[in-house]
Amino acid sequence: MSENLAGAGAQVAAAAVDTTAVAAATPDKQQPWKELGLKGDEYNSIREILGRRPTSAELAMYSVMWSEHCSYKSSKIYLRQFGEKVTDAMKTHLMVGMGENAGVVDIGEGWAVTFKVESHNHPSYIEPFQGAATGVGGIVRDILTMGARPIAVMDQLRFGAVENPDTARVVHGVVDGISFYGNCLGLPNIGGETVFDKVYQGNPLVNALSVGAMRHEDIKLAKASNPGDLVILFGARTGADGIGGVSVLASETFDSTGPSRRPAVQVGDPFAEKVLIECCLELYAADVVAGIQDLGGAGLSCATSELASNGNAGMRVQLKHVLKRDESLTPEEILMSESQERMMAIVPKKSLKAFEAIVNKWEVEYSVLGEVIDEPRLYINWGDEEIVNVPPRTVAHDGPVYERPVKYPKWIDALNANSVNAAGLARAAVASDLAAQILQVVSSPNQASKSWITDQYDRYVGGNTALAQPDDSGMVRVSETSGLGVAIATDANGRYCQLDPYAGAQLALAEAYRNVAASGAKPLAVTNCLNFGSPENPEVMWQFKQATAGLADGCLDLAIPVTGGNVSFYNQTGDVAIHPTPVVGVLGVIDDVARRVPSGWQDAGHNIYLLGVTRDELDGSVWSEVIHDHLGGKPPVVDLAGERALAELLYAGALEGLLASAHDLSEGGLAQAVVESSLRFNVGARIWLNEILERDGVDLTSALFSESTGRVLVSVGREDDVKFVGLCEARGVPVLRIGVTDSTAELNIQDIALWQLNDVREQWAATLPELFG
Amino acid sequence: MKIGVVTFPGTLDDRDAARAVRLAGAEAVSLWHADANLHKVDAVVLPGGFSYGDYLRCGAIAAQAPVVAEIVKAAAGGLPVLGICNGFQVLVESHLLPGGLIRNEHQHFICRDQGLRVENVDTAWTNQFELNQEITIPLKNGEGGYIADAETLKRLEGEGLVAFRYIGGNPNGSVNDIAGLRNERGNVVGLMPHPEHAVEPGFGPDTSVAMRSGIDGLKFFTSVLKAVVNA
Repeated sequence: MSENLAGAGAQVAAAAVDTTAVAAATPDKQQPWKELGLKGDEYNSIREILGRRPTSAELAMYSVMWSEHCSYKSSKIYLRQFGEKVTDAMKTHLMVGMGENAGVVDIGEGWAVTFKVESHNHPSYIEPFQGAATGVGGIVRDILTMGARPIAVMDQLRFGAVENPDTARVVHGVVDGISFYGNCLGLPNIGGETVFDKVYQGNPLVNALSVGAMRHEDIKLAKASNPGDLVILFGARTGADGIGGVSVLASETFDSTGPSRRPAVQVGDPFAEKVLIECCLELYAADVVAGIQDLGGAGLSCATSELASNGNAGMRVQLKHVLKRDESLTPEEILMSESQERMMAIVPKKSLKAFEAIVNKWEVEYSVLGEVIDEPRLYINWGDEEIVNVPPRTVAHDGPVYERPVKYPKWIDALNANSVNAAGLARAAVASDLAAQILQVVSSPNQASKSWITDQYDRYVGGNTALAQPDDSGMVRVSETSGLGVAIATDANGRYCQLDPYAGAQLALAEAYRNVAASGAKPLAVTNCLNFGSPENPEVMWQFKQATAGLADGCLDLAIPVTGGNVSFYNQTGDVAIHPTPVVGVLGVIDDVARRVPSGWQDAGHNIYLLGVTRDELDGSVWSEVIHDHLGGKPPVVDLAGERALAELLYAGALEGLLASAHDLSEGGLAQAVVESSLRFNVGARIWLNEILERDGVDLTSALFSESTGRVLVSVGREDDVKFVGLCEARGVPVLRIGVTDSTAELNIQDIALWQLNDVREQWAATLPELFG
Repeated sequence: MKIGVVTFPGTLDDRDAARAVRLAGAEAVSLWHADANLHKVDAVVLPGGFSYGDYLRCGAIAAQAPVVAEIVKAAAGGLPVLGICNGFQVLVESHLLPGGLIRNEHQHFICRDQGLRVENVDTAWTNQFELNQEITIPLKNGEGGYIADAETLKRLEGEGLVAFRYIGGNPNGSVNDIAGLRNERGNVVGLMPHPEHAVEPGFGPDTSVAMRSGIDGLKFFTSVLKAVVNA
């Protein structure tokens, strides 16, 4: 146990039970608020709210619930704009907005979907396997809590540099953890991201996304509003794992000299979670649950106070009724424990028998902890002694809100000035050098095949996976009768965000949006996971302010609302923050997944078209990183009106069945897209670039590697040619035929390279196995 | 015709197996692990997953379930039984098929479209295939390495009890590339790959004709229909 935790625990345990009466009688008792992560003024406001010092149990509750992770105290003032910068039209499909466990979107035919992405960064550095595993478990329970059957997962991973010896430890642990937990839950893993960059060396990012589906009438909310209803804790027993995980881990910066914090990482049991999922779905179907909340960060402290606060009611809870793995747990530890695979249900008394029959069938343990009361007060007893007596709203929702100092980072001017052109980065002068650079780019760790990772995840289970990695979006069927389905893509580019966090966040949004449209779906809603450094650093706060503004403004321009998300601060090692990494997820709907569009050419003899315009935009690009190890300048220009027109074109094209394939151009530019499109189904192509050079006035390096936005590579059957080009012209989307697919199993980029696809595949696929296999 | 699909705690592919049964034209009947009753089904599928979290040994706890005792009895009387992945492990643990399944040689879970050669078509679950037909169905497992002692192997090979063999690479270190087995009578078949994930165009493995169009797995289920009708 770490010194902090041991210190706090010892002080708590040394005393007899610290009741509300004792607290009132001993106002001057020293309390370990600092060790629990509270600031002095926060401790004082707790005293003010209660009119006395908090009991040690109350202090435990407030400390976890007022932590950055649970209270969003530094981010709240910026997150509000996701609810404010919306039009009525954007709310058309929104059934449950931000603030609940996950947002819910109407996808038609009486179906609703809920999706969210969440971080589990710090635990995954300390104990990569369990950290990543419980990250999956946590997000899946959030989805389950909304009343939905979870139908898929994705993960967004950022690791340190491949050459650093510690990276393999984290990669193996994280991938094994996701594989272990996700596969055992029976949820297809349909995509994600993997990025290596030295900025994540001491602070990897492990974000996990889940999506679930339900009928409209089945939406559940986390609230306890009917007095007399029972408060029931069910699932796994409560143990000592994860105690202080929230306050100590998620809200403090790592210090390499500090003690090991391993005991604060939760341990997952996916089997228990799988049983819990099926058990909950059966409880919902039997309509015996009036409110439901999962136990994740802050455990019982969170579940009891949020349920009561959301329902404008109160609760009486007997903590001795909690089923424990370890009888020596103190009441404070029980309140703070983050043991996984637990849920809290609010059950009307008349439904108790039915509830018991279902949990018994699934052999899930449960205990009735208390009941909902009329008075907006949360009373928790330890036997006969009252240890908590608080207004639940003050714990769950009225935590501190900070307007942290914001400072423009002066270093960014020099960074922006140091563009690819200003730095004079050499461009290849001869064809053979360009060809070599293409292979270097596509086989670099971030651009190479991710099969080594994704082949460790089950993408088939459920039988509804219509698209998975390596296609642009993951897509799952929701209705087996109509084929109605959803597509999801997530993106984030930390390098762009470092250069310009406002534009960077919009670029992530634009790319995810484009990816969803490229798969044939109509973008509908946005989720995000905002990974940043310390909010106590004004320059980080400036990045956060810019990124959230960029994202909110971008969503307004694209007319799709943010339905929920997550903020992860303190992602830094010592004073050095990660690149701002706002992971943006876009969800789209497709009325029949049979019309989905894959990312690679499917047949020989199709025409290949490049949609959009190429500019000389190499700053922050993969080319600048891989070939020159350079980061500087300004990220590509964002054109959201252009993205909208492009997405509408792709949607129309897919609807009419004109697109044999569509692959968005992003990291690695046209070169990457051409290679991936060829390798997807091993269909060769002949590509020419001269018309791009002529029309757009760029050189070969830009034509191949520029990361200009608003571009998609599509292949179209000859019979649909006229119709497709007409569609582009009618919608004002720039279109250029740049090649044809053929049956050679060769990739011929005219005047530059002629490769056997198998040779390219070998290099592209070898990188990760060689590094980690 | 009714085909039972067993659900243990931790079973994952039961809904997929039930869909495969329906697509083949039969009625899927859900069988619960704790219920020692086969509800008069004409055949049984033990689907994939992680029954009991794979605790102790994959399939070991499930093999003790009340419903499995009934299945073992009925199998002796000729009831067609198919064990897929974890279901194969249950068949091995309940001694309906010999040998054992251990952690993949490379220590990782693996999910991929797997080539198989059908080496025996005289079973309730393979009679619609042609002998030595090469098929592709998804494989996904962490503990799919088939092992058996030398004597058992000799018997399996000598008596033609190997139903499926991996082609295009052995994904998990199975001896003799064994992917699936049949019993002597031919009513019990077990294999690691997942035929129920290759039954519906659009959701199966890629083929040379079109993406995700592979439905080689459907023949397992049409085979048992024929077997039951002919029985």
